Amino acid sequence: MKQFSQLLENLLFSPRRNDKLAHLVSWLKTASGDSRGFGVAAITGDLNLPHVKGKMIRDLASSATDEVLFALSYDFVGDLAETVSLLWPKSEVPLNSEFSIEDIVSQLQKASRKEAEHYMRHWLDHMPQTQKWALLKMATGGLRVGVSARLMRLAIAEAFDAAIEEIEEVWPLILPPYHDLFDWLEGHSERPNAEGRSVFRPLMLAHPLEEVDRQKYELSHFHIEWKWDGARVQLAASEEGVKLFSRSGDDISAAFPELVQPLGWQGVLDGELLAGTPECLGSFNDLQQRLNRKGASKSQIAKQPVFMRCYDILQTGQTDVRDLPLKERKPILQDVVADLPQTYFDLSEGVEAKGWDDLTLLRDQCRDNPLIEGVMLKDKNGPYQLGRIKGQWFKWKRDPFEADLVVLYAQRGHGKRSSLYSDFTLAAWADTDTGRVLVPVAKAYSGFTDVELRKLDKFVRDHTTQKFGPVREVEPKLVVQIAFDSIHRSPRHKSGVAMRFPRFHAIRWDKDCEDAAHLSELEHLVT
Amino acid sequence: MSLLGDTKNWVEVRAEGVFIKPLKAYIDPVRPVERALITHGHADHARAGHGTVIATPQTLDIMALRYGAAFTNNSLPLPYGERFTDNQVTVSTASAGHVLGSAQIIIEYKGTRLVAAGDYKRSYDPTLTPFEVVPCDIFITEATFGLPVFHHPDPVDEIAKLMRMRALFPERSCFIGAYALGKAQRVMMLLRQAGYQDPIYIHGALQKLCDYYQSQDIELGELLPATAGQRGVSNPELRGKIIMGPPSALGGTWAHRLPDPIISFASGWMQVKARAKQRGVECPLIISDHADWPDLLQTIEDVNPRETWITHGNEEALLHELTKRGRVARALSLLGYESESEE
Ligand SMILES: [Zn+2]
Ligand SMILES: [Zn+2]
Repeated sequence: MKQFSQLLENLLFSPRRNDKLAHLVSWLKTASGDSRGFGVAAITGDLNLPHVKGKMIRDLASSATDEVLFALSYDFVGDLAETVSLLWPKSEVPLNSEFSIEDIVSQLQKASRKEAEHYMRHWLDHMPQTQKWALLKMATGGLRVGVSARLMRLAIAEAFDAAIEEIEEVWPLILPPYHDLFDWLEGHSERPNAEGRSVFRPLMLAHPLEEVDRQKYELSHFHIEWKWDGARVQLAASEEGVKLFSRSGDDISAAFPELVQPLGWQGVLDGELLAGTPECLGSFNDLQQRLNRKGASKSQIAKQPVFMRCYDILQTGQTDVRDLPLKERKPILQDVVADLPQTYFDLSEGVEAKGWDDLTLLRDQCRDNPLIEGVMLKDKNGPYQLGRIKGQWFKWKRDPFEADLVVLYAQRGHGKRSSLYSDFTLAAWADTDTGRVLVPVAKAYSGFTDVELRKLDKFVRDHTTQKFGPVREVEPKLVVQIAFDSIHRSPRHKSGVAMRFPRFHAIRWDKDCEDAAHLSELEHLVT
Repeated sequence: MSLLGDTKNWVEVRAEGVFIKPLKAYIDPVRPVERALITHGHADHARAGHGTVIATPQTLDIMALRYGAAFTNNSLPLPYGERFTDNQVTVSTASAGHVLGSAQIIIEYKGTRLVAAGDYKRSYDPTLTPFEVVPCDIFITEATFGLPVFHHPDPVDEIAKLMRMRALFPERSCFIGAYALGKAQRVMMLLRQAGYQDPIYIHGALQKLCDYYQSQDIELGELLPATAGQRGVSNPELRGKIIMGPPSALGGTWAHRLPDPIISFASGWMQVKARAKQRGVECPLIISDHADWPDLLQTIEDVNPRETWITHGNEEALLHELTKRGRVARALSLLGYESESEE
């Protein structure tokens, strides 16, 4: 735990990605056994210790000190795990032995809730403070040290001198503490492979199309299709059955039982999950009713149908077709989709454009169709590769919508931002029986720089009118220009509308809140 | 505010600070007064413009360095262990272990002894003499780190953390922010003890006080003036080197002009991770010149006063704990000692 807790601290305090990478690589090279594997899982959020939850930590806290001292301390420190790690009384009998992550995780995984609490007490009694902090953070699954799973994979590739593409490919096949991975990397075994398994394959991603790209590239090199506003999914079928994965590789099969029925075909498809049927498309809002759920009832499936619009194929039968150029994969895809149930699968059709001007026109017209976000351009001769490859796939989104809104409430953020007011509720004007009032229409917490965030935080503190727990109501005087992808009706919101992906575009310190948008203007944009 | 028992006729808490009536003197007054008793040279305790200043010779030297020789009309040196009497009041000093020259001020009047400890610490500091326990009736304590979350770790381990970081990034320079009086010199000595032999480059704001420490035979090793870089180009000679400066340089452009600096800050506040993150510190060093929670409590047990008065810091928690332990304690709620945030 000593090395690991030091690593976590270094990661937490490293502002730069490259420095985080250096810390990870250095740790990966020295850590050993399952402590390494479980450590990786703890950082990437793949470690599940079901019994240690916030409630247990609060119980532990109340036994560590009296209520007054705890409240004063927690208020000062601002983080529960850290407060407990600092308050926990020093043991009278220090143990010299070092607790390894390996032991901690394996004991917690086997333990009942009661046993887990007993173990936690024992460890807290005998660990130095930084290790206590790391233990509590790890056990509750809230490390927040700014390391994505991707960064961890890059670190593993660097530490073991392996190709990142291979690590990405292997990643979905392995589970903590990753014996197969490290055995392979250390040369003791073959690379784990996906044969006979329905597992996620790394996705090919697109770069946003820039002005310079339009000058650099000939449009005729690209296959063009619409960019559908659904959820990117991958379908994998093998002897193991059919599985559906999200963009990040999470298994979402349970939420879409109709798509994972036996298909009489094996392979891997890439596409977009959309609401409705191929003949009658639903809205993104409809799709959201089905996303992020643990299952779906028969009536839900009937009432809120979904289907997969396929645009690429990675494997058919036992043949991996990723190395074939897109123009050869497309006919294979067409044949495969033709044999799949047509209620649930269709093909993303190509779009014809004579040149960039023509395409610009098409792109602007797609504003009328809420389910089209823009166009995709894919190199006809390109293989299917993982990640964002220069000059291969481009997305060219239509321009976002914008609106000037008034900051009404602010809430403190999480992690690094926990001391700053960084989540904002924004309002537009509306006419009611009682006159002209501000009604909340969006929540936004991105799109500003760190410097702007500090200014926003100061604004909130200086203009607070009321506090409700972590939320502060502020004087309605600050106008921000918000960009958003679309807006639709939502009976769940008081304003009757909800925005998709609202984010800060500019803080208009100069604007008067009287000039902010009116709800009726926003309603005009509803799609 | 009125005070209990036999002190109410001769001690008062005023806006300027604690006032000893028969001596007509304030302890660490926050604005100019006729007669001041100064515990140590930190700016919030030692201000310029008092008529007479009574302090240890080193504190007087430090005040003269900071404010110029005319910082007071009349200075009265009172070395540790010596005493003077005026109007039935006896005043003496004892080491507080906080910074060079820091003293507890001991006031004895009609059989009652009051000790104003100023800022103090109990942990090891190679630059000065340790805190001396002086049993008394009234003990006036600070509470800068008066929360049970503060357990200052061994400073030697903190320096080791920095050394590991330097080993991992040998190409980067390392900037350590440290309070110019006391902390900076303590960190320098800790670096020397950890085997760092290269010159330490210092920001101009540390020069005078480092020179003074060295004149007092405190060996800080070779110190060179640091030039971070000019017009956006960092000084390549500072790669892999340690540069020290005041905490105020942490956020500014000066430190960031150094070649790819590892930003470090030696402060008790670094115990709280969010504080380190807020200041953009990559390598926090939890090194404090104040007593941590256990040492505050231990000191009060050692001194064993009839009453404990708490001057500044997180007095609420300390007051609660002392009351729980059956001690008579009160918070004086003095204002004006804010620069502790940098210590
Ligand atoms: Zn001080
Ligand atoms: Zn102080």
